[in-house]
Amino acid sequence: MQSVPIHHHDLVACHECDLLQRLPVEHGKARVRCVRCGCVLHHAGRDLIAVPLALGITALILFVVSNTFPLLEFSLSGQRDSTYLLAGIRQLYAQGAPVLASVVLFTTVIAPVLHISLLIYIYLPLLFGRRPPGFVAALHAVQGVLPWSMLEIFLLGVLVATVKLAEQATIVAGPAAWSLGLLVLVLSAAATQVHPQRLWDRVA
Amino acid sequence: MSTTEHTARAYTAMGSNLVGCHSCGLVNRCPTVCSRVRCARCHSLLHRRIPRSVSRSWAFLIASIMLYVPANLLPIMHVTSLGQSRSDTILSGAEFLLVSGMWPLALIVFVASILVPLAKMMILTYLLVSVQLHWSSRPLDRTRLYRFTEFVGRWSMVDVFVVTVLVALVHLGAVAEVEAGLGAVFFAGVVILTMLSARTFDPRLIWDNVAPANVKT
Repeated sequence: MQSVPIHHHDLVACHECDLLQRLPVEHGKARVRCVRCGCVLHHAGRDLIAVPLALGITALILFVVSNTFPLLEFSLSGQRDSTYLLAGIRQLYAQGAPVLASVVLFTTVIAPVLHISLLIYIYLPLLFGRRPPGFVAALHAVQGVLPWSMLEIFLLGVLVATVKLAEQATIVAGPAAWSLGLLVLVLSAAATQVHPQRLWDRVA
Repeated sequence: MSTTEHTARAYTAMGSNLVGCHSCGLVNRCPTVCSRVRCARCHSLLHRRIPRSVSRSWAFLIASIMLYVPANLLPIMHVTSLGQSRSDTILSGAEFLLVSGMWPLALIVFVASILVPLAKMMILTYLLVSVQLHWSSRPLDRTRLYRFTEFVGRWSMVDVFVVTVLVALVHLGAVAEVEAGLGAVFFAGVVILTMLSARTFDPRLIWDNVAPANVKT
């Protein structure tokens, strides 16, 4: 069954308190908030398609760099060693902690990869005026995967672990640590640039 | 009433037999029994409220409270260095940082791993009870508590990542070895389950008990 559309594109129902409101036509504000609960109803994005696409491609490059270069270099009583982003997951698995290894794999590899590839999948065809197959599902998925992509928290974990070991060993940040820092910034910028409602207003 | 402000009668979408699509935002007309109705624009299924929000949210919350006990009692890692062996729990990990004089990091770990999970479980319990008992007081403050749990919950995962990085860094065999403990698995479970509980909770239920009063515009 299909519902009857309401032909007022400026009418919104707040998704946190359900209050019906009409969006101001020319507001010139960065964001419009719900008058009752303060939830953000509308973002004034400058560029709806090119900016998220650019951030997605940048994130892809940084993600590859973060996974191919050493994350930390470590020396302890003459012995040197370096570690990669994926090494911890492999080591956890080898120690007989497969559940923990999968949680870390999902939150630091699979979810960010999904986030980045969905961004490119959605916005690259849109740039050429086409709507990709499964557009609704992809938009849904990109919002759904966001809270599970935890690279910024992983980076804090790297910092805490480094400080914990600082007394016993010399630890130097590798190239992947720097690119991971940039990746975190790019991904959080990308997270604020996806506006399904605005896209629909334009695409439909 | 000043000239620049005027009050208008406020309506919720549900009270007007309308429903905002959760995918594309289009406001659709919806009959009183609104089931299996699809959005006119993007064809997503429409829901006035998240289906079975309260019972599912409770289920995740109760499961997370049960895992919270072993998560704090069992060690999250075992450290062996130069023949000496030590086990760390969540609490002793934070204590170790404090004793070593790294109090800013000890504070971060204490807040993220101990305060936040506790606060989250208490807030979710309070929100679910308040919705079930149809409380109408302070809806805005309760909405802010909900936003807090949504925003801050993920950061508790930091201890799991600390263990992962330590395990990766310290595998010099005879010199030192770090092994993940069972507590870390339970702790990751607590974080994931409380995140799921917060995500299945529908904040509009808070406002359903509030009469759609006049709103200043």
